[in-house]
Amino acid sequence: MDWLSKNLPYLMAGISVGGQYALIAIGYTMVYGILRLINFAHGDIFMVAGLVMVYASTVMPVYLAIPLVLVVTVVIGFLVERVAYKPLRTAPRMSVMISAIGVSYLLQNMALYVTGGLAQQYPALPWISDTITVFGVTTKRVTVITPPLVILLVAALVMLIQKTKIGMAMRAASKDFETSQLMGIKINSVISMTFIIGSFLAAVGSLLFFSNYTGVTPTVGAMPGLKAFVAAVFGGIGSIPGAVIGAFIIGISENIIKGLGWTTFSDAFTFALLIVVLIFKPTGLFGEAANDKV
Amino acid sequence: MKKQTEAIISVALIAALLAVLFILERTIPSTSMLFTVLKKGAIYALVAVSMNLLNGFTGLFSLGQAGFMLVGAYTYGVLTIPVDQRPNVYMYYDGGMIQFALHPIAAIIIAGIIAGIFAYLIGLPVLRLKSDYLAIATLGFAEIIRAVFQWDKLGPLTNGSNLLRNYPSYKSVLFYFIAAGVCIALIVMLINSTYGRAFKAIRDDEVAAEAMGINLAHHKRIAFVVSSFFAGISGALLAMYQTSIQASMFKSAMTYEILLIVVIGGIGSITGSCISSFLFIILSEWLLRFLDSELVIGGFKVPLLRSGFRKVVFSIIIMIIVLFFRQGIMGTKEFSVRRIFNRITGRSRKSSEGRNGR
Repeated sequence: MDWLSKNLPYLMAGISVGGQYALIAIGYTMVYGILRLINFAHGDIFMVAGLVMVYASTVMPVYLAIPLVLVVTVVIGFLVERVAYKPLRTAPRMSVMISAIGVSYLLQNMALYVTGGLAQQYPALPWISDTITVFGVTTKRVTVITPPLVILLVAALVMLIQKTKIGMAMRAASKDFETSQLMGIKINSVISMTFIIGSFLAAVGSLLFFSNYTGVTPTVGAMPGLKAFVAAVFGGIGSIPGAVIGAFIIGISENIIKGLGWTTFSDAFTFALLIVVLIFKPTGLFGEAANDKV
Repeated sequence: MKKQTEAIISVALIAALLAVLFILERTIPSTSMLFTVLKKGAIYALVAVSMNLLNGFTGLFSLGQAGFMLVGAYTYGVLTIPVDQRPNVYMYYDGGMIQFALHPIAAIIIAGIIAGIFAYLIGLPVLRLKSDYLAIATLGFAEIIRAVFQWDKLGPLTNGSNLLRNYPSYKSVLFYFIAAGVCIALIVMLINSTYGRAFKAIRDDEVAAEAMGINLAHHKRIAFVVSSFFAGISGALLAMYQTSIQASMFKSAMTYEILLIVVIGGIGSITGSCISSFLFIILSEWLLRFLDSELVIGGFKVPLLRSGFRKVVFSIIIMIIVLFFRQGIMGTKEFSVRRIFNRITGRSRKSSEGRNGR
């Protein structure tokens, strides 16, 4: 009990940050499921969402700024796919990945230009950023509302994928890209939809994430992005529940390691986990039959 | 053209280049931007070629270059700071634990060896992975290396997250060219050896290469370790060039820059990597500088121009190359005396096609 009360703050921070990773990881896992592409720019889209909020909140009230952030992020995600990935659809996978790295470089440099290289202070969102006390631990309300919100969004997403026509098209495209095209699925609109959903969730994730960690810098998206990708691999790439569970596990482990005083190695742990998973269980927790990962 | 004549012309060209550099150094003040660009260009050429050895010739998509450069840079810094300077540099760690200083050249070679040892250890698990998983894992390890080097418990060795400085460095641009040139020549020799042919076979088809009796694990490990060895050396040269280093500058963005240099030059072309790294550095450090400062023409203030705009323009250029000129400058071809000779004399390409690797 003593251990629990001492570690509860870390545990709660872990669950919260895990939920935020989960929202980013879904974008990775869906894109990878269909295009077999690690969207290196996804973490930077998450960062851009944070910056848009910083600037939007200076000129308009928060209840207008939040929808604007969601819309702008979705548009950016959509445009990135159309401009940088679509022309390379028939190119080797390496070219697309290089293009993704190029987009990441571009977004980071644009952010550097806009911010002038200074860390921007994220605005305090009303209600979400309020300080509350849970089980004797003082924290922000965002810590508590993240897990239910994530579960709600994931449930909605799973419904979308299981029950709707576009969801069926997505499942078909991730099963077999070429055959689904032959079956009359408009592959480009499916891919665009994937990017729209992924960017939307990344925007929600950024709202939650930056309420806790309020400094927005041009490179702030890189690390959460990589960790979310590891979460997606850990859960089994292509599997949405897998990505969510993987993200929670990574978020919690990372914060427990921080709690033990090994902050330096909290990032290292994530990548060590990636390698262990890829070597011993390349399909991840919930992945489908092996393809060419290892 | 005879092989001998070709060799003579190549040597003559290199000698002429060095002579020009030598004369420039005597005539232009050493603070000139030209030398900054040339030094940095030579260093980036070396690291770009070392990355090309992995990505272009062996087909291993690795993104760990910045991490190995960091190892090299730190090894160099830690081993060469003069003993009397140590209390000053390691002011938070009682002068550090190493109380000797090596000759810079020895330190550069050791920097490469240490980076190679790191690569060997990291390669044990990582080289089992393929394509994009390898990319993520190497990127991750580079980040881990950066975190560990900044760890304050290693402070007596690495000075924690503080600067390493006051180590000796060569000022002459000739030194950087000769060092980078020798290393690149060694890489070219490796690529033209049996090992190099095995690397290319692995790149083109792993299964077929294995069926031909090539030991995949062995060759991948050699490529990875050799590439990291030279990345470590270029890290040491970078440390020398910058006169002070800090782990926080070796971010993944640095690896991305090197990768983009390789892509612009052409994946699988050594000379392409060299040309594009000089182009990259000249453009980003020098020619596009004007984009960073405000400009007023006849009372009209040109919009958008302020600090950072250079990099935006630059990344857009890169995206255009990545999207529309996927072959880069050279594709997989090499720049060589023979090719130019054949071009001038109009001899058919076929006769030299099979052996234009110089």
